[in-house]
Amino acid sequence: MQGDNQALLSVRNLRIEFPNRRGTLVAVDDISFDIAPGEILGVVGESGAGKSLTGAAIIGLIEPPGRIAQGEIFLEGQRIDHLPYEEIRKIRGRQIGAIFQDPLTSLNPLYSVSRQLIETIQTHLPLNEREARARALELLDEVGIPGAAERIDHYPHQFSGGMRQRVVIALALCAEPRLIIADEPTTALDVSIQAQIISLLKGLCKEHGTAVMLVTHDMGVIAEAADRVAVMYSGRIAEIGPVQEVVRAAKHPYTHGLMGSIPHIGHHVDQLTQIEGSMPRLQEIPSGCPFNPRCEEASDRCRVERPNLQGVEQSEVACHLFDAQRVEARAGE
Amino acid sequence: MGPPSVWHRIWDSDIFYSFRSSKITMVAAFLTALIFLLAIFAPLVAPHSPYDVATVDLMDAELPPAWEAEGDPRFLLGTDNLGRDLWSTILFGTRISLAVGFLSVIFGLVVGVSLGLVSGYVGGYVDSFIMRVAEIQLSIPGILIALLLAGTLRGVLSAEAYNDAIVYVLVLTIGTSIWPQFARTVRGSTLVERNKEYVLAARVIGLSRFSIMWRHVLPNVMGPVLVIATINLAIAILSEATLSFLGVGVPPTEPSLGTLINEGQNYLFSGLWWITIFPGMVLAVLVLAVNLLGDWLRDALNPKLR
Amino acid sequence: MSDNSSDGAAPLLSVDGLVRHFDVSAPFLNRLIERLDRSYVRAVDGIDFDIGRGETFSLVGESGCGKSTVARLIVGLYQPTAGSIRYDGVEIGPVSAAAERKRMQPHMQMIFQDPYASLNPRWRVADIVAEPIRVRSLIKGKAETLNRVGELLSQVGLSPADGERFPHEFSGGQRQRISIARALAGEPEFLVCDEPTSALDVSVQAQILNLMKELQDRLGLTYLFISHDLAVVYHVSTKVGVMYLGRLVEWADTKTLFENPRHPYTRMLLDAIPDLEMSGRQRIPVAGEVPSPINPPSGCAFHPRCPHAEERCRSEAPQAREYDGVHVSCHAVADGRIS
Repeated sequence: MQGDNQALLSVRNLRIEFPNRRGTLVAVDDISFDIAPGEILGVVGESGAGKSLTGAAIIGLIEPPGRIAQGEIFLEGQRIDHLPYEEIRKIRGRQIGAIFQDPLTSLNPLYSVSRQLIETIQTHLPLNEREARARALELLDEVGIPGAAERIDHYPHQFSGGMRQRVVIALALCAEPRLIIADEPTTALDVSIQAQIISLLKGLCKEHGTAVMLVTHDMGVIAEAADRVAVMYSGRIAEIGPVQEVVRAAKHPYTHGLMGSIPHIGHHVDQLTQIEGSMPRLQEIPSGCPFNPRCEEASDRCRVERPNLQGVEQSEVACHLFDAQRVEARAGE
Repeated sequence: MGPPSVWHRIWDSDIFYSFRSSKITMVAAFLTALIFLLAIFAPLVAPHSPYDVATVDLMDAELPPAWEAEGDPRFLLGTDNLGRDLWSTILFGTRISLAVGFLSVIFGLVVGVSLGLVSGYVGGYVDSFIMRVAEIQLSIPGILIALLLAGTLRGVLSAEAYNDAIVYVLVLTIGTSIWPQFARTVRGSTLVERNKEYVLAARVIGLSRFSIMWRHVLPNVMGPVLVIATINLAIAILSEATLSFLGVGVPPTEPSLGTLINEGQNYLFSGLWWITIFPGMVLAVLVLAVNLLGDWLRDALNPKLR
Repeated sequence: MSDNSSDGAAPLLSVDGLVRHFDVSAPFLNRLIERLDRSYVRAVDGIDFDIGRGETFSLVGESGCGKSTVARLIVGLYQPTAGSIRYDGVEIGPVSAAAERKRMQPHMQMIFQDPYASLNPRWRVADIVAEPIRVRSLIKGKAETLNRVGELLSQVGLSPADGERFPHEFSGGQRQRISIARALAGEPEFLVCDEPTSALDVSVQAQILNLMKELQDRLGLTYLFISHDLAVVYHVSTKVGVMYLGRLVEWADTKTLFENPRHPYTRMLLDAIPDLEMSGRQRIPVAGEVPSPINPPSGCAFHPRCPHAEERCRSEAPQAREYDGVHVSCHAVADGRIS
């Protein structure tokens, strides 16, 4: 965990459920984590792991029948998960900004970019039209849109994908939020644009002191951009720690397998590491540790008892292999 | 343990579940089924045989329903101006209405779906041509088209030949008035499906265009077709009633619901209300039930609402 | 001009000057009234390459570069506007070669990107996999066909009983396996794979890539592999071709291309890949975005973004030249301005 500063965002025992006629599906099962001010936390996992839902829960975008069944979310010490709609609306944009995957649908195609920027700025800041427009131009410059003065009045379809995503970033930053939830911000972009956007996001956030929760399935993006990373599996956090440690020396068997399945340029292997099977469907999550059917090191205990996050070196790992006794034993070696 | 049986899957499916949970839909389905069964088994259920001239006695004409003062217990709902038992006539008349309704929808469906498939898949001039024809036709009210066709055929054929072939004529005319809807919808769905990768895969495998349309695309575009068919069933029944009402439908000797309503209205103000009201009620219930079923089907098949 | 592959044997697939334009002109009336010219997208603008038997040739590039169009041209879903495609020495490209195309078609199969759209949702898996067998009449008799389908499903890591189920009952990775089984049912020699793992999670991708490699070894298949993911391409390919705006800017064997890229675009692309090693290497900031294929830049399509661009690059499109088995289309490389 980060040092003594109060965490900017604190999620405690979050549980998100989807009741349906056959029972209740648990999509996020009792997760807890913190984000320090100005920190970039990567949340990585495969589809269905629950990472996007976690982001949605923080901004208050869980749609019925889905609901937050348990847990608390604190922003700067204040609880935000149970607020009525009006209060959430005030927080959204002003204190928490959002960037979604598809820049095509994140912007309203019927309104010009200037209109959307000015509208958002005026919703959150007490500026008049002229001031808001000036601020919008500033922002567009900051995100690197060439010729912003002329292009500000253009419509979204007149921008390319990468440019649109920059506009979306500008929109997210315009009210100077403390935290940005970025859900797969580069997935829909080409590799070369991806690199540009990642470095832009990183730079801006350092400059403005904005914390980012970067949700993605792409480990490469995490390695480039994040300070810490949480690996999610089946609605739980398997491992969370500083990015170098998790990427280079993964501890949880799932993370380890995941890193091995990614092809590396320069390392030729005949066969990639293969984790047999696939992530269980929500209806069929095994008892104990959800990874146990696929884990080569699974023991009887893993099938019955759910592992909790335990500190190992600078990370925390949810795995019975890292019981306190064993860690001590290893430290003694 | 093998995959679940077909029946198990249907019972457990989302569609059937939504059916089970909607009281109105179940009532509508029940009523529709009831009317269907009564019509199909009319010869067995009807107490009298209204088309058999030998059994009809003019002396029995214009009797009110059985529960009224002058009613005759033999004729539950009374008799019409020719002495036919109204209840039996309604049963047989519903038969005609349903037969024409069904067959014209099937006709319109077959023509419309085929043209829509070809139009959407082949594209180009064929597509433009078929769609222009459909659009021109759609700009004219359906009943007018049916009337036009019926009138033309009436003029071409002798009165006798026309009456003999009346069911075919009605199916043809009503069917022609509804095919464009099917064609438009199917064409739209086909345009979406033909670019999907399973169709491309079929092309790479080497299937002919016809095979692809028939075996691959058709099963995937039928969904909305079912909904349109249900809705058009009600419209077709009403169209037949209207055509008969206007005099170009079934002859008065073998009346359908529409003919009965038509004949009956002449007697409405003489106080013989039952001749129009009862057939009218049956028609209204039938059309309402079919429409409700169509509504449910549309919602059940719409994945966004599930 | 394309030449024979390195081991001297004739290539299985040989592509020469392949061109495909799409007509995106406004409708006739609009053109008449607004006095517009016809406009075309030059999706594939003259490419040459060879694929030897048993090799995996990958085409890599960003969106709009034309790699998917090349795949579809080769497999016959599109007709070439110009150029030749020779399969096993037989010309199958132009419309006039329809008979030859029909004859050679059964040797090729294709695997698609989207596991959710590439299987007919209304058909059972067994019918889907059996279709190539049925169409080519490879096996007589229902029972024998079903047996073969069971064999194929086992080969791709599923169970024969899965034939009874419908596609929606399977996960993305499993559906790709079904697609592979279907492709193999036709007993092809040559498989065109259009981004087969792009829609899959990383761990599932590993399974599918391993499977494809194993099948290639066992059945002696040749692959044309389309992808935007350079790391995947590194892992699977024998040779790699890099495309940009419809042109093949560089192609060479994998090791050479990745260790010593020549074309400026290849270098830029390799540099842009996120660094999993976190070596902290300094990245050269990348300039600009891919221009629209309707109005590509004149001369060399890459010149607006190229750090080595000269006057000649603006006016003259570079020809492909070979340097020790590496084919590059670049004036700077030809002139020796880049090492």
